[in-house]
Amino acid sequence: MRTDDLVAMLATGAGAVEPNAGARRFAVAIGWGALGATLLMGILLGVRGDLAMAVRLPMFWVKVAYVACLAAASLLAALRLSQPGLRLSWVSSALVAPVLAMWLLAASELMRADPTQRTQLFFGETWASCPLLVAALSAPVFVAVLWAMKGLAPTRLRLAGSAAGFVSGAIGALVYCLHCPEMGAPFLGFWYLIGMLVPTAVGALLGPRLLRW
Amino acid sequence: MNPSEERLRNLLILGLAGDEPTYHAFLRELSAHLRAFLRKRLARLPDEVEDLVQESLLAVHNQRHTYNTGQPLTAWVHAIAKYKLIDLLRRRAKLDQFTDPLDDEIDFLSSADNEAADARRDLTRLLEQLPDRQRLPIIHMKLEGLSVAEAARVTGMSESAVKVGVHRGLKALAAKIRGDT
Repeated sequence: MRTDDLVAMLATGAGAVEPNAGARRFAVAIGWGALGATLLMGILLGVRGDLAMAVRLPMFWVKVAYVACLAAASLLAALRLSQPGLRLSWVSSALVAPVLAMWLLAASELMRADPTQRTQLFFGETWASCPLLVAALSAPVFVAVLWAMKGLAPTRLRLAGSAAGFVSGAIGALVYCLHCPEMGAPFLGFWYLIGMLVPTAVGALLGPRLLRW
Repeated sequence: MNPSEERLRNLLILGLAGDEPTYHAFLRELSAHLRAFLRKRLARLPDEVEDLVQESLLAVHNQRHTYNTGQPLTAWVHAIAKYKLIDLLRRRAKLDQFTDPLDDEIDFLSSADNEAADARRDLTRLLEQLPDRQRLPIIHMKLEGLSVAEAARVTGMSESAVKVGVHRGLKALAAKIRGDT
């Protein structure tokens, strides 16, 4: 087939294209993924018993804001990485900022704490299970976001896969906040982050293979 | 700004809104730019140029919903062409032979090459390998120019199946070119 014939073939009956395909596809993916993660949390873990009391503590909302900011920034990164020619620019800083803020808070908590309490602040009660549970809750969003990307056109596949993993980790962590009893900044700054980085690494590994087009 | 950028961008925006002759003009002009861009970078593989022009055109068409109207067209097309170029080079696993820098989107639209050589890969042959539910809608709608309703009548498929068939068929064609199937 000559190139002119291909051009004619592609143009024939091409029709109109709905705008904002990327945003719409991601909205669907995040909606279903978050629903899946919430159901998974409800079935496997259940909401923490003292949630009604926890929501009155400022630290609960600091925790939610930390994870929500990471989810928003990584969602934007994933969306931009799914469309050819869009640069990340300031989005990378928006990803780092919440982590730095949490680390600052953690440092001040550790300094003010009694030396014998510091290990407890860092490890909490649930350090061994927290990263695994966050990673497990990320699975529905992970699958959904990869589906969304598959229908778009990521050109940097490893980075796009990582971003997909990080969004899913952050939304998994957001849902996990409803179950998790931990409130210490050192705990959140380390173990939550590890939990989110697990799907990120899986995404970096799978991206080049799964996202080709 | 490069005058071609402005012109091609306007053609694409009208094309995405459903103006078919304008979309045709966009693809025709774009193919000349793609050819010049790829010929420069595939100096040692001149036989691959036209195949890659066709593969990139198919990619631009299949992924046209990812263009944001606020975005420079050059950046979008360049990213697609570069992705397809790197994909080809990876497929050939001879990356080290190529030393031309790839980051030169600035001059992407400043050169054009309208002399199409023959493609070595025949897309018609690949098209024949697609399953009927994809091949027939493409033949009737895209090659014979029938409307969705007419193509549905001729094939006995529903109108939505015809549309899905065209869409999936063109994506399957791109996958066949990559050697994925």
